Amino acid sequence: MIERSYKITSVEGLHARPAATLVAAVTPFTSEVKLEYQERQVNMKSIMGLMSLGISKDSTIKIIADGSDEEDLMAVVDALMKTEGLATG
Amino acid sequence: MKSIAGLAASNGIAIAKALRIEDTALPIEKKAVTNTDKEIKRFESAIFAAEDELKEIKKQTQLKLGSDTSAIFTAHLLVLKDPEFIGPIKEKIGRGLNAEFALQETTNRFIAMFDALDNEYIRARTADIRDVAKRVLTHLVGLTLPDLSLISEEVIVIANDLSPSETALLNLDFVKGFVTNRGSRTSHTAILARTLEIPAVIGTNTATSTIENGQVVIVDGIEGRVYVNPSEEIISAYRAKSADLEANKVEMTKYLNKPTVTLDGHRVELAANIGTPEDVKGAIENGSEGIGLYRTEFLYMGRDSFPSEEEQYEAYKSVLDCMKNRPTVIRTLDCGGDKELPYFKLPDEMNPYLGLRAIRLSLEMQDMFRTQLRALLRASVHGNLKIMFPMIATLDEFRKAKAILIQEKEQLISKGIAVSESIEIGMMVEVPSAAVIADHFAKEADFLSIGTNDLIQYTLAADRMNERVSYLYQPYHPAILRLVKNVIDAAHQQGKWVGMCGQMAEDDIAIPILLALGLDEFSMSASSILKARSRISQLSKSKWEGHLSHIMSLSTAEEVEHFMKEIIGKRN
Repeated sequence: MIERSYKITSVEGLHARPAATLVAAVTPFTSEVKLEYQERQVNMKSIMGLMSLGISKDSTIKIIADGSDEEDLMAVVDALMKTEGLATG
Repeated sequence: MKSIAGLAASNGIAIAKALRIEDTALPIEKKAVTNTDKEIKRFESAIFAAEDELKEIKKQTQLKLGSDTSAIFTAHLLVLKDPEFIGPIKEKIGRGLNAEFALQETTNRFIAMFDALDNEYIRARTADIRDVAKRVLTHLVGLTLPDLSLISEEVIVIANDLSPSETALLNLDFVKGFVTNRGSRTSHTAILARTLEIPAVIGTNTATSTIENGQVVIVDGIEGRVYVNPSEEIISAYRAKSADLEANKVEMTKYLNKPTVTLDGHRVELAANIGTPEDVKGAIENGSEGIGLYRTEFLYMGRDSFPSEEEQYEAYKSVLDCMKNRPTVIRTLDCGGDKELPYFKLPDEMNPYLGLRAIRLSLEMQDMFRTQLRALLRASVHGNLKIMFPMIATLDEFRKAKAILIQEKEQLISKGIAVSESIEIGMMVEVPSAAVIADHFAKEADFLSIGTNDLIQYTLAADRMNERVSYLYQPYHPAILRLVKNVIDAAHQQGKWVGMCGQMAEDDIAIPILLALGLDEFSMSASSILKARSRISQLSKSKWEGHLSHIMSLSTAEEVEHFMKEIIGKRN
């Protein structure tokens, strides 16, 4: 199991589009992946779960991946966060 | 003629016949199923069918509006694949529940969860969940939804609600605008309407119960008004307004980012009237120097409960942030009259315009009022905030409202919360009693803003929505001119500034008179600002001051209009 924390820098937070981008990116992996925010954890492959957190700019989140391809999954998330300007690690 | 109010969701004016889209009732019964595997298969094929449709809608939207907009449907497609959505539904079916009911239960659970969040944006997403669920449901029950792309004559669509996918599929060759009962400014439906540049008024509550198929409808997406069966006069006025909008777009851009100065060097402020934080962008793009009237009632409309302090704070902060220290006048809640809140039913009144509304309601419902004031005070550190109370008729009302404001301010400060030290506290002058004793008000208020629409209707005792007395809506009536002069003189005597936020402030004939009277701030719809600036820059204040005593001596509105047209005509 691996974890990583991020601080959200995208002005629209993790609403709608950024949420959709992240969900679409992690869905193909077999590992389980959770996103933690203010002591709540949701399945990161769930667009509605992610949206229900209402994560806004400057929030700190933690991503927890667990499974055979967890390293690859985290690398993809990390790259997306940076190239899309969503968060800093 | 009837007129209804709603949220101005998308700019522009449209005139056409109404086409009502009826909600298709989808029957959902709770049933026990024995062959659960077969039921899950049935559910899965409905998901596949919905997916195919959504992919097609996404493709169409991308072609028509680009990938920014089609991303809405990418999110819809992800909902169809969402393990936390699909998983529980299949589980329920596995336990012997029919697919329709399992889908509905799970959908409602998510909607309730989103609705509970203190975030307007997320709450607006429930419309997306409903849209997706309805699509799957139609496939389960084997019904087809009305296909809005098949509309083939010019219409204004009237509906309880339009889903984002329905909006994206509107055939713009024929659909000139739309009006809905439900919806919020941040819903995808509203955002799509703005991208499609189709005039829309949403959140009216009453559109489907007021408007019949085939009636002529005017959609005023600038003011958030809908006219049903309008008179020829109003239709031609709107046709002219619509043509003006187009013609002036280009010509007026040269007045952008310029101060508003008369030929003889007198400077005034041109400000915008706005209804929601999203309107600020349009106000700035149209060269507004400030906000002269932010109508906060729209925060309270088109929803199921009062907005929280936090939500209001976010809205006010966002307006102040965007205005970057330019003067921003925010008016406290002005509801009652023709603006009703669905979750807060006021008793029916014989004369709603003369009843419990605006400041009267705020003083009676102090918890609600105090919540709004706290949100305003907290937001004040983000810009140049001025707070304005509506419908003040007596000094006592103004003093009470101001005292509550100061109490809340002191409480916030004692809790260590920052509040700006320079908030001006002013009032609307729209009740004749306030206009007559403006000298007393000017000693206690930091500014006065004349609301001409109500001032005229109250002074001439004529309901402005009643066509048969519409001839009494007379901005140039000598009584109105005298009241306006009295207010401006009284305020200036005390060194206070005076604004005007009503139709009169953007009126070609009234502008020279108001300039001569010394009005400091003209507040109007954003789309009128550049035209007014071009007009004012061609006028000389001192010349019009020379005409003032004659204008003020005239005895009827017709005489004033006639005289003004003559002078304006000569000059050209």
